[in-house]
Amino acid sequence: MTAYVIRRLLATIPVMAVVALFVFFLLHLTPGDPAAVIAGDDASPAEVEGVRRKLGLDRPMWEQFAIYTWNLLRGDLGTSIFSNLPVLTLVRQRLEPSLVLAVSTLVIAVVFAIPMGVVAAWKARTAVDRIVMAFSVMGFAMPVFLIGYMLIYIFAIELRWLPVQGYRPLAQGIVGTARSIVLPAFALGMVYMALIARITRASMLEVLSEDYIRTAHAKGVATTGVLLRHALKNAAVPIVTVIGIGLALLISGVVLTETVFNIPGLGRLTVDAILKRDYPIIQGLIILFAGVKVLVNLMIDLSYTWLDPRIRY
Amino acid sequence: MTAAVIEAEAPAPSRGARVLAWVRRNPTIVIGSAILLSLVGLAVLAPWIADDPLNFEPTNRLKRPTAQSWFGTDRFGRDVYSRVVYGTRISLVVGLSVAVLATAVGLAVGILCGFYKRVDGVVMRVMDGMMAIPAILLAIALITLMKASLLIVIIAISIPEIPRVVRLVRSVVLTVRALPYIEAAIASGTRGLAIMARHVLPNTIAPLIVQATYVCASAILLEAGLSFLGAGTPPEIPSWGNVISDGRTFFQIAPWIIFFPGVLLAVTVLAINLVGDGLRDTLDPRIARRM
Repeated sequence: MTAYVIRRLLATIPVMAVVALFVFFLLHLTPGDPAAVIAGDDASPAEVEGVRRKLGLDRPMWEQFAIYTWNLLRGDLGTSIFSNLPVLTLVRQRLEPSLVLAVSTLVIAVVFAIPMGVVAAWKARTAVDRIVMAFSVMGFAMPVFLIGYMLIYIFAIELRWLPVQGYRPLAQGIVGTARSIVLPAFALGMVYMALIARITRASMLEVLSEDYIRTAHAKGVATTGVLLRHALKNAAVPIVTVIGIGLALLISGVVLTETVFNIPGLGRLTVDAILKRDYPIIQGLIILFAGVKVLVNLMIDLSYTWLDPRIRY
Repeated sequence: MTAAVIEAEAPAPSRGARVLAWVRRNPTIVIGSAILLSLVGLAVLAPWIADDPLNFEPTNRLKRPTAQSWFGTDRFGRDVYSRVVYGTRISLVVGLSVAVLATAVGLAVGILCGFYKRVDGVVMRVMDGMMAIPAILLAIALITLMKASLLIVIIAISIPEIPRVVRLVRSVVLTVRALPYIEAAIASGTRGLAIMARHVLPNTIAPLIVQATYVCASAILLEAGLSFLGAGTPPEIPSWGNVISDGRTFFQIAPWIIFFPGVLLAVTVLAINLVGDGLRDTLDPRIARRM
């Protein structure tokens, strides 16, 4: 097991190396002068020169790459062109809202989707099953901004139950945070719920046809016991996998959701960076998000041994 | 019960009855295709069924949907209905182009990887790295560095889709390669290229078609998302994402600007997914049983 963990950890190195290479060369392989592109169309030659010096673009390519890699290894993601602050500091400032949004979405999606999938599989080919599947198909098609604006319209503008937009930090009380995050979490969670419900149903259907399920029924185990203890536990591996895959969807969705709900998180940081062409921030965030994704995948792989003791490495 | 059913039970079913039976077995493909065809109709007929999407009418700003302007007007008094109808063109063009581009490149790379061990190691590491980057960020990074145009948007959306296609094709190739008839072909002296074209390629087609529909759907969503963020199709082009982005600030007083293009976007993606699900069930029965 330890050997496997080490092997998997080592395997993440080439992946992150490719990401770093990609992010570095992205800037250099684009047609034209990267300094001029970043400085914008109406920059004076002096400003372009300033950007060039600030990003170290006036040095030889190999030297730039060596510096870039060395900085990354030290945990330095670069410095914003406009605010002159380290990207990591900016990330730390914006981390809370995004983290709260991501965790709430994850919790809401799992709490709603797994029971939906279990019931759909248990009542397969009935009206309940059809409704869950229809919801799942719809969930895949609905863009997060449409769901977001519809939720705002119904619950904030018409019913006035919740705030329209914005985010209240945890420091100002958890109730305010919860009220400000519930709509974004549902909007973002819809695709995720659809995905998890669908896989839960499929995985449960497969397990429910096994002999030991019939045995459990025959020896008098209550239906909920059969469904939860005997079936769901054995159906867990694909569900956990898809929850992990879904986290990737979530990262993309965070950027859009934060824009719809005006939440000052990492997504807003990304969008503001795009509008200002603050390229070091975009680069840093790509590395950061890719790192998170690689880490999540690693954790999923490791969780298999715990979920299914038959899997050994 | 209609006459068609009785005909279908007769010993030699007529052509019409067979078509009807097929329709009944594959309702999702039929419904999805019907919606898609109407959308293509909208896109093609845009100049005849809609007004100029760029026509400013400052006196008619932020008007509710009426008999004259079905979907209302935006902050410049532009007709939202006309803009949405023209937007259909952009979404369909982006979806189709990305699907073709990503599957073509993915197919070529995937087959090479499946066949040549030396290429495989390096290319698959690159693909793993690309897959680690969230698609929306990868596309944003590419678009901000180049001059935004529809072509750049299409390329930028295709790149994050490629690794998924490569993986799919590669896994099919690896499975097929191990089959005895490939060994027989090699033993009888068939050249590598001929083996790929004649024996391996046909096996990849069914899963590729299914994958292409999903790529198409996600490309349309991604283009709308990028335009919504202001990092996609140039703002002067009326794409659905741009129309929605325009309506953002006025959402509380003029929700129709966002609602109509948003619903059309959802319907389009739904239709493509329905076709994809249906194709998957008919072309690849192995997966169909699991889902």
